[in-house]
Order: sequence, then structure tokens, then C-alpha cells
Amino acid sequence: MTQLRVPAALVALAGLGLLFFLLPLAGLIVRAPWNQAAASIGSAETVTALELSFFCSVTATAIALVLGIPLALVLSRTSGTLRSVLRALTTLPMVLPPVVGGVALLLAFGRTGLVGSFLYQGFGIQIPFTTAAAVMAETFVAMPFLVIAVEGGMRSLDPRYEEAARALGARGWMVFARVTLPLLRPAIFSGAVLCWARALGEFGATITFAGNFPGRTQTVPIAVYIALETHPDSAILLSLVLLAVSVAILVAMRDRWLGAP
Amino acid sequence: MTLNARIKIQRDGFELDVQLDVDEGETVAVLGPNGAGKTTLLRALSGLIPIVGRVELAGEVLEDSETRVRVPTERRHVGLVFQDHVLFPHLTVLDNIAFGLQAQHRADARHVARDWLQRAGLEDKATSMPRELSGGQAQRVALLRTLATEPRLLLLDEPLSALDVTIRAEVRRELSRQLASFRGVRLLVTHDPLEAIALADRIVVLERGHVVQSGTPEEVTARPRSRFVADLAGVNLLRGKAHGDHIKLANGASVAAPEAGEGDVFAVIHPRAVSLFLMRPEGTPRNVWQGETENVDLHGERVRVRVNGPVPLVAEVTPSAVRELHLHAGAPVWIAVKATEISVYPA
Amino acid sequence: MTKRVVVVLVTGLLAACGSSSASGLSTPQTDVTVFAAASLQPAFDKIGARLLTTKRFKTTFSYAGTQTLTSQLTQGAQADVFASADKEHMNTLLDAGLVAAPLAVFATNKLEIAVARGNPKGIHTLTDLARPGLVVVLADPSVPAGKYAQQALRNARVTVKPASLELQVTGVLSKVALGEADAGIVYVSDIVTSGKVDGVSIPDDENVTAVYPIAPLKSATNPAGAKAFIDLVLSTDGQAILKAAGFQGV
Repeated sequence: MTQLRVPAALVALAGLGLLFFLLPLAGLIVRAPWNQAAASIGSAETVTALELSFFCSVTATAIALVLGIPLALVLSRTSGTLRSVLRALTTLPMVLPPVVGGVALLLAFGRTGLVGSFLYQGFGIQIPFTTAAAVMAETFVAMPFLVIAVEGGMRSLDPRYEEAARALGARGWMVFARVTLPLLRPAIFSGAVLCWARALGEFGATITFAGNFPGRTQTVPIAVYIALETHPDSAILLSLVLLAVSVAILVAMRDRWLGAP
Repeated sequence: MTLNARIKIQRDGFELDVQLDVDEGETVAVLGPNGAGKTTLLRALSGLIPIVGRVELAGEVLEDSETRVRVPTERRHVGLVFQDHVLFPHLTVLDNIAFGLQAQHRADARHVARDWLQRAGLEDKATSMPRELSGGQAQRVALLRTLATEPRLLLLDEPLSALDVTIRAEVRRELSRQLASFRGVRLLVTHDPLEAIALADRIVVLERGHVVQSGTPEEVTARPRSRFVADLAGVNLLRGKAHGDHIKLANGASVAAPEAGEGDVFAVIHPRAVSLFLMRPEGTPRNVWQGETENVDLHGERVRVRVNGPVPLVAEVTPSAVRELHLHAGAPVWIAVKATEISVYPA
Repeated sequence: MTKRVVVVLVTGLLAACGSSSASGLSTPQTDVTVFAAASLQPAFDKIGARLLTTKRFKTTFSYAGTQTLTSQLTQGAQADVFASADKEHMNTLLDAGLVAAPLAVFATNKLEIAVARGNPKGIHTLTDLARPGLVVVLADPSVPAGKYAQQALRNARVTVKPASLELQVTGVLSKVALGEADAGIVYVSDIVTSGKVDGVSIPDDENVTAVYPIAPLKSATNPAGAKAFIDLVLSTDGQAILKAAGFQGV
């Protein structure tokens, strides 16, 4: 057991912080109606909400990876005013209240929205109230986490690796795919995990832009919210299931990907 | 195949202005103190930094600021070996060496890479990761990685500096062998004169972004044109205006030297030619000055004594002499130098 | 240095606790807190302004879905008055001993179909809502308005596939107003006060009457203010405001 070389006062504050996290979790576990657990967890609504939540959050993370990594690359290579502006734009969803984000998405992609009106009038495509809308809402709020993590990773990367690759004759795409990306793996994975976790828990933007309908847009957070008022017990159990699965995945990810470079 | 480079770079208050011509088969070492611009020069030749000027290699114009030609790094076919290897940490030794060949879309990349490893006697490290290698092994692998791509111009950035002194000699020997069999233009930069003298056919001395001297190792050390080289060669270097049989230094002191000539000159005095006395000597030496001992350094069986005075000099004496004269920092002492021991040449 | 930090932190915490108006520790007795169903907002805001000028009580409102408010109150939220959009939720609080009789029903409301201005999709009956391709939004059944809407649809023997089940009836209204939904089932009062949508009435034999009870909370910190507010709601003035907002009287 290594000795903790931290001043006592700081340890006390850290303890308070830890307690602050643990008590709500403990409350959840202690108050759960375990005797009803099997029935509740196996119920169709619960399974549907869970499946939908995982589908949407994983899809949102995938989109965030495809769009966010290039965005982070561009961000890390710019400087000055342009960088400040780009940075502000990409992190805006982080500081925006989620519901506001949902409203913004409606105004952009709704039937009367900036882009949405073209899609609707031209092709009859309506985005709100669909599962795609739920994915978009989650991507909107969660992608900034990935971008920030990957950008940080890029900036702390020794530029000489890419220079060495170029000096050996590698062109742009080969440098990116065989040198930059592999070296960014820790940053990409921690960013993806954060992004996924945020997407999983998203509520405000989803309900505003995608609405609420079981099996289509009713993700677990929304299902819990509704259940809380009508069947508090199933709300607690549903929360616990989500918590358990999330913790399991986080623990598995952490061990495997945040270790070696 | 020759390299003709005329490079000017100005950034952050630093200016590099160099004209460099290197022939195939000739290893040139750019020697200079830290901050002289050596790494900048290599990076410019690799195409990593834009320049004002012109770089031509084997008849192909790699960069010309006037006609706006600039061949990007990846197409220059110039090999750059970094100071601390910069091997790709996530690839095995074999994959590192094969990398450049794969960039050339060679189907036999790994096969060729293995050949290189075999010839260097490192085949057993093929599947090792860079972090498992010793400093010397890593540097050798870095060199192989670059040589495998058969570049036209080989640029080595302080190839031995990052290595332990104990293994430096061994790696230097191997490097010498590799360089000899390399067909192309070879340029290395270093701040270590030993490295330069041991590996190069010609030395170019770079100080504060400008070339101050160029020649064979012998020429450069025999006739240093800068304090840096003089220090490296271990000689005293003076600069002044010659008036026939004496030289007038900037601070007004006069040094007697026969056939000094006229005009700006350098004067070299070997520390062995400097004698020290406790009292003003009476004898033939024309050059006698009083000074104060600055420090005393033991170098094996010899002691180097630095003396301040109208003409600051380093004298080389025996340890017993030091004891006899009670030489220590701050001790007053007289210097004498025979005029015939002074070698003068135009600045 | 550390001690000072701790002192500052603790003082800050206490100050934060103390400034919560809901706790009533330092709230002056001129403030009244009212929890009211979302559909009551336009009318109650006016009633609150009226109360200020006549009785000098300042009203703070918390509008949300009735089920949300009920849940909050059972979890211990502080309020002086509760106005519900149905009897069931009020009964929940009655059973929990949070409100005391007498309960007063102060308004009723009927349902109406909200459509975009000019009714571009030509919706005239509940049956029209089942038209394929139509985007219909309802309130979630856990909300009184949603429950009533399901009832009305059952009365008309219509099955509708809603695009979304909103958590508040005002959510349904805004989706129609924004043009995202073609139609939604809301209260008559919602359409009257909105001004941004048109309404299609539902015949009485299909419609449902929502009954709005109001009651003071036993844990009210301002019982006098609570009574004053409820009295105003039930008075001629209050009833006139409610009627103007589209509610029907008792």
C-alpha cells in the first residue's frame, strides 16, 4: 500500500467529494425493491428502453468518432483567432442547457427548420420524433467531449513522429492512419467513453427534439422520468440496471484501453 | 549527385544564412555550438521548414523561393535520422524499418527490412518494440529505417549525442561503416568535434546561423577561425591587426610575432607554448605579460591553467609545476610566449 | 490558510441553504408559493398579479405537468397552494395527508384539437387524426391531459399512432405551434391563450371534462396567503379571468 502524500485537509475534502458521489448510489441500491427486480427488469418496456438507449448512444458515439476525430485534427493544427472561434463552436453544446440544444436542433432540422424545411418539402423527410432524431440529439451534446479529448491528445503528441513518417516518404493519409491515429488511441478511447456516457444519459435535448415514444425515442432517462411519477419502484430498478451495465462497461474499457500507449 | 543549397531563414530573431555544396561520396559534418542553427538547417533541407533560397539535389530543384517551387518532404527522397531515434513506439522494430518501404508501395517491404536487420546483426530484435531496445540499438535501428528507403541525401542530426559515452565509440564505428557504403550525399550535424573529426571528410563550422569556416578536419583545427573551434582544438586563438612584426589586439595589447604581415589576422598559440613564472622573467621571449590565474584544470597528466590579463591565455603545464608555483585561482602569475611559437594567418 | 478556506466554504454552504425561499426560513409572510398544472399558467399569472394589487401578496408559481408536481410534493417540496388538472392527483395528496379538505373545484376544461393556423391539413374530427401520414402529438398518459386524450379517442373509437407523448400538455401545443406536428389534443384553454394555433372542437359526446381542484397544503408557510389566493380564484374576478383564458366555470 503506497503512502498517500497528500495534505490532510485535501484528503478530507476528497473524502467529502467521494461521499457525495457514493451516497446517492447507496440510496439507489438500498431503496431498490429487490424482490420485484426480476419481473421489472425483464418487462418489455424496460428491455425496449434499454435496447433503444444502447443503440442510440453507441450510434451517436460512432458518428462522433467519424466526425469528431477529423474536427479535432483541424482544431489542433489551427491557431490564433480561427482556433478560438472553432473551439467555441465545438464546445458550445457542452455549455448549452440540453433543452436549449433540443430547441436549436428543432429550428435547424425540424419541418420548418433551416435545413429541415428543404428535406421536408423536397423529399418528405421528417426528422423530429424519429430514432434518428434521438441519435442526433445525443450526438449534439456528447461529441464535444470526444473532440476535446482527441484535440488534447493531438497537441501533446510529439510532432516529430509525423515528421519522421513524412521523411520516410509517407503521404498524408498514410501518416494519419499508421502513425497519428495509433498514437492517439488512448485519447480517442477516453474521449469515446466520455462521449458514450454523456449520450446515454441525455434527456433534455432528446425529449425536445425527438419527443417521447416507447421503442422509438423513449430512452432510459426518459422512461425513468415518467416511471418515477407513476411507478417509482420500476424507476429505481431501471436506474440501477443502467447504472450496473454502465459501470461494467466503464470498468472493462478502462482496463483495456487507457493503459498502454 | 551533388547537393547545392543556398538557405536563408529568419524566425524568432534568429537568422540562418548558409551556402552548402556537398558531393556524392563526401561526408560533411556541420559543426557548431548549440543554438547555431544546425537542426534548423537539417529540417530546412528535409523540407520541414520553408526557406528563402534554393536547394538542388542531383539536378532536381527541391526548393526555390524565387520560382515558388517547393517539393514536399514526403517526395524529396531525403533521409532524416533524428537525434533520439524517434522510432514509432507502437510498431515493432521490423515494422519500423519496413515503414518507408511500405510508403514506396513495395510488396517485399518486410522482407527487405529483415535483410537490413540481418546485415546489422540485429535480426533477433525484429519483433521487439522500440521501448525494449537500448539507446545504442534504437539509434542503429533508426539509421537502418532511413537507409532502407535508399534516400539520395542522408541527414543525421547529432547521431551520437543521445548515447552513453561508453557505447558511443562502438556506434560511431558502425556508423562510419554504414556511411562509407552509402551511395548518396551524406550530411551530419553535431556539436561534438570528436564526432565530426571521426566521421567527416569535410567540416563546416556554423556559428549563430552563419558559416565561419570550412575545410578538412586538419585544416579547421590547425587554423581555427572562431573561439568555438579553437576551444575544441584546444588552442588559444587571438584576433587583431598585424603590423609587420607585431599584432595589435582590440584591447590595445601588443603581441610580437615575426612575419605577421598586414591587416586583420588570427594568431594561434598552443597552450604548451605558454610558460608561467612567479616573477617577471628575463630572457628571450618577446611576449611577457602579467596576469591573474583564473582556474586550474587537471586533464590527465597535464594541467591547463587559464590566465587573465592583457592577453588572456591558457597554459599547459605539469602537476608538479603547479605545486611548485602554488598556482590557484586568484594567484598572480607572469606569462611568456616565444614569438616563434605564434602561428599567424589572415582572418 | 486551510482553516480560512474551510470557514469560507462552511459559511457559503449555510448561506446557500438559508437563501432558499422554499425553506421559508427567511421568507417574508407576503409571499405565496403556488404549484399549478401547466395549462393554468396564463390564467394564474393574471390572478397572481391581481392578488398583488388587491392583497399585497406576491405569488411565486411553479408550473409543470400535474404528475411532476404531485411527485415533487410527495417528496417534500414546499408550497402553499396546489392546483391540479385532475381529481386523481389531488386524491393522492389527500391520501398522503399533505392537503386537507375542503377541496374546491375552481374550473373545468374540455379538450380541443390544436392545428396549425388555417388548418392546412383539413382536420375536422378526431377520426381525421388517424389519417396516415399525419404527425399527431399527444400528452403522455401519465399526464392528466394525456389520460383524457386517450379517453376521448376511445369515446370516438379512433386509434391514433402519435409521433410523441409529451411530458406536459404545453409541449403538445408548442410542437403544433412550431409546425413540427400537424395536430395535437390539448385543452380549450391552451388554444385560447396560445394565439398561435387554431382549434377544432370535439363534440360533447366524445369529449372529456377535466376537473380542476385546488387546495391549500397542510405544510403551507403562509396559510393566510394561501387562503387569499384560493378565495381570489373562486371569486367573480378570478372566475372571469379563467373564463377569458378558455376555462369553463364550475
